[in-house]
Amino acid sequence: MSPISRGFHGRRRTPAGAEGRVPPGQYVTSDFPVLSAGPTPHTPLEKWTFSITQEGGPSKSWSWTEMRGLSAETVTADIHCVTRWSKLDTEWQAVSLDTLLAQVEHDAEYVMAFSDGGYTTNLPLADVTGGQAWLAFGYDGKPLEPEHGGPARLLVPHLYFWKSAKWVRGLELRDDDEPGFWETYGYHMYGDPWKEQRYAGD
Amino acid sequence: MEGTAVRGRLTWQVATVSQLIDETPSVRTIVLQVPDWAGHRAGQHLDVRLTAEDGYSAERSYSIASAPGEPVAITVERLDDGEVSPYLTGELQVGDELELRGPIGGYFVWDADHDRGPLMLLAGGSGIAPLRSILRQREHSGSMVPTRLVYSSRSLPDVIYRGELDRCDGGVEVIYTLTRQQPPGWSGHAGRVDAALLAEATWPASQDPIAFVCGPTSFVETVAEGLVGLGYPARRVKTERFGATGGPGGPDGGT
Amino acid sequence: MEALDGNAIGGLLQEVFGTEMTNATGMCGTCGAAGPVAECVVYLRAPGTVVRCRNCGYVLMVFVKVRDMNCVDLRGLATLGRG
Repeated sequence: MSPISRGFHGRRRTPAGAEGRVPPGQYVTSDFPVLSAGPTPHTPLEKWTFSITQEGGPSKSWSWTEMRGLSAETVTADIHCVTRWSKLDTEWQAVSLDTLLAQVEHDAEYVMAFSDGGYTTNLPLADVTGGQAWLAFGYDGKPLEPEHGGPARLLVPHLYFWKSAKWVRGLELRDDDEPGFWETYGYHMYGDPWKEQRYAGD
Repeated sequence: MEGTAVRGRLTWQVATVSQLIDETPSVRTIVLQVPDWAGHRAGQHLDVRLTAEDGYSAERSYSIASAPGEPVAITVERLDDGEVSPYLTGELQVGDELELRGPIGGYFVWDADHDRGPLMLLAGGSGIAPLRSILRQREHSGSMVPTRLVYSSRSLPDVIYRGELDRCDGGVEVIYTLTRQQPPGWSGHAGRVDAALLAEATWPASQDPIAFVCGPTSFVETVAEGLVGLGYPARRVKTERFGATGGPGGPDGGT
Repeated sequence: MEALDGNAIGGLLQEVFGTEMTNATGMCGTCGAAGPVAECVVYLRAPGTVVRCRNCGYVLMVFVKVRDMNCVDLRGLATLGRG
């Protein structure tokens, strides 16, 4: 048992009325911590594409302009990082993944999101459809900053935030659930914060 | 000495704050009484762990700013939006306990019997902390190795340990550069360390110097690249990149 | 957030390997570059600690603290050792 550091409480503030919105083991923060496994990519918009691909099936790709031409919405969500911080009422400008996935014929059950820099994360298709997931290009009314995943990132707020891949460039449709980057190194394949599914075996 | 300062088992232990020294308006040195301290080598660091009442804990690394044989001391710079540094530079009092483990490190270390070539020290901001340990160890050991220190700070009031550095013996030459603000009549260098300053202020590569570079990542990369460009072999340039708090353990933000 | 270097994980490495490792030599399994662990590129405060080759950027080591256990993946390294 570590000794208590007198007078130390970090920066956490749990706002009144937030009970019920904070999953077990989490702390609420008012800043937006930047966590990264590698250098921040800087893909110019004219080179940026988002692709949905599958082995032996049709694929589709959107340029930045094409993606921004799709109908977008403002999404307000609480987000929960596996490193224990939660941020409430974050506001994003995003295109629903339903909109994108509807344009590709498939019967896949899983997706592997892939990003600039090599990051990947796996999700069940059922968790990125039905209004649960977005491709987010704006945060708080401004273009999403590179350190937070800009130009665009995945937004899947009902799962731990490592599933909301920064610098996302596409989804690979799959029949099987294979571990992505953090899942390979010991994190949970699914990642439900309400069941505290942080690590494999939880 | 070398063997005792790098123990196999690194265990957390509780130290007591014995003295607090305000070095600059935003930098404080914390002197610690560590019951089971096995000694350290100049350049090593320690890890500090803070635990709140609800079990929340945060860990950071800080260079040991004192020389081997002196009481253990760390120098911490306060980052206004930090999580740990405002606590260490503000709330922490003499008599408080601090959990730590150390000493740590075997690469960024200097011993008096180290070398034949001259010593080249380059510091950015709070990166001066481990280099001060080296300078003090040089003095304590009676080493006469010719030494130069290039020290980059934002302004004169931001120069840490200034009194001590100004009193260095003749074998140590200190070259300051002030990057943001210079006092009236300042005849020293101004602006960031660049190729020109390095060419002027560093030991020639032909003298086989050994360099220790410490500070923010961008400072270290610019300087290390510059030294290699001046002919320093890469293995003669030791680097330690800091986060913003005065230690190798990462910026005082995030989790 | 700027990356740090292997000095920043000196404590973690000593915890995992039982000895000081920042001065150990690591060889990248992808590009073959070799150098002190202290000079590797380190990303802290992700869900885990990621150590990358300074030459090619590929992942060398990943450390994840799973409950109270250190999970270590060294697959990116060709070799790691003294000398």
